[in-house]
Amino acid sequence: MIITNLEYLPHQTISQHLGLVQGSSVRAKHVGRDIMASIKNIFGGELKGYTELLQESREEAMQRMQQQAEAIGANAILNVRFSTSSIAQGAAEIYVYGSAVIIQDNE
Amino acid sequence: MYQMIFVILLLIISYFIGSHIERRHYKSIIDREKKLNKLPAVTIKTPPEHEKFEQQLVLGNVTLSVDYFKRFLATLHNFFGGRVTSYETLLDRARREALLRMKETAAEKKATLIFNVKYETASIYKGSGSAIGSVEVLAYGTAMIPLSPSPQ
Repeated sequence: MIITNLEYLPHQTISQHLGLVQGSSVRAKHVGRDIMASIKNIFGGELKGYTELLQESREEAMQRMQQQAEAIGANAILNVRFSTSSIAQGAAEIYVYGSAVIIQDNE
Repeated sequence: MYQMIFVILLLIISYFIGSHIERRHYKSIIDREKKLNKLPAVTIKTPPEHEKFEQQLVLGNVTLSVDYFKRFLATLHNFFGGRVTSYETLLDRARREALLRMKETAAEKKATLIFNVKYETASIYKGSGSAIGSVEVLAYGTAMIPLSPSPQ
């Protein structure tokens, strides 16, 4: 499975478009991280807990997107985009979407 | 009265610790930027045709928080208007750090180019009122990993 945010692949042609595939994930952090975050909020600096949380969350969303693409028989996802929205205090939604296609080598 | 002293003390402490953290962060950003200069990240969408590449999505994200003193300063700026420099440096640091992390993961995969780089910014932790507590920046792009060693 090729996942890319370019619109086409050189030396390869798209033989079939299979439509949009997407994956989303909503996560909240646990209380311990929240307390650490409020301390960091006073002194500034990186909130490692949040960074990890969002990273995991993105990986999960991408996995879901990939599963969806595999289910419809795609072998590549082109033009992948990410979007983040904070829904509530301490919870964030990660959304990934792209176009599922079947690609073939030119040769 | 005690509350006032506590707030002032907090402002002073957070000023010193916050600016120390920021200075250290800028130093590490500049150092790492020099190291990764050879790996260009561009926003061009069309991949080069002359060479065969493997494409792979690479991500880099960071969540940064602004310190209490700067948030206080920003609230003042909100009142009088003008440039809010305390948030400018926060976002500048976050964007550069996110790009660096993306480049680091790409460098591990032995990529030589990164195409179609995009940024995504979200404010995660809202402080009291309209003040921003922390921002998350994601940088993502397509790492181009050469399949065969370049003929040069």
